[in-house]
Amino acid sequence: MSEPLVFTFEVDGENFTSAGNASVAVKKKLRWLGFPPEIIRRVSVAMYEGEINMVIHAGGGVATVTVLQDRIDIVLEDHGPGIANVELAMKEGFSTATDHIRDLGFGAGMGLPNMKKNTDSMEIQTELGKGTTIKMIINL
Amino acid sequence: MTVRQLSESLALEVLSLPEPEREVCGAYAGDLLSWVMGRANADNVWVTVMTNANTVAVATLTDVSMVIVTDGSEMPPETLALAKEKGVNLARTKASSYEICVRLGGLLS
Repeated sequence: MSEPLVFTFEVDGENFTSAGNASVAVKKKLRWLGFPPEIIRRVSVAMYEGEINMVIHAGGGVATVTVLQDRIDIVLEDHGPGIANVELAMKEGFSTATDHIRDLGFGAGMGLPNMKKNTDSMEIQTELGKGTTIKMIINL
Repeated sequence: MTVRQLSESLALEVLSLPEPEREVCGAYAGDLLSWVMGRANADNVWVTVMTNANTVAVATLTDVSMVIVTDGSEMPPETLALAKEKGVNLARTKASSYEICVRLGGLLS
């Protein structure tokens, strides 16, 4: 493939039950493109966690997935409150999610660690009151 | 063992079975969705009490072979509809997660 394939999704911050739609759509596309199941799984998990984070914390955002010859890039961009302490947020078990979110089975403090675990590189740019951009790369 | 055989062996209440002949390989039990996302393997049976719509997304993305909802946990109609739409095998039992896992241990080993 010579031209990169770019998929862009609006993540709806108001609709918690639709969270995951973008990840499922990406999974389908990657499966259709013939990627190995393990790569599809890593992209899906990393993206889903990002989607959930955008819904829980940031009122939604935009997810862009770019399929290149040697890697898949995932960029998650939101205009939420930003992350106050990235180091702390990266720790397994740390979460600022509310009790309501925990009742739904989230807020285990595994989102960002899962994203890091499933990608080859992850970069977080965040500014309080402005928003967060997370860039992840999965090498093929 | 297939999902259908497993459902029969455990006398599960089948709610959605679009892929009855799918092979089961191992199991994972857990209710924290992110935890399950990070640890469940493809083709596992996922044992949980969670029944909100997000469980269907987690089942789809982790590619588990089946979701077994335990303790007779109430199933919202929208979750069931979503499971059917996304082709997720879904069954329910009054038994607890522990009881189901004990029996799975015998069936899948």
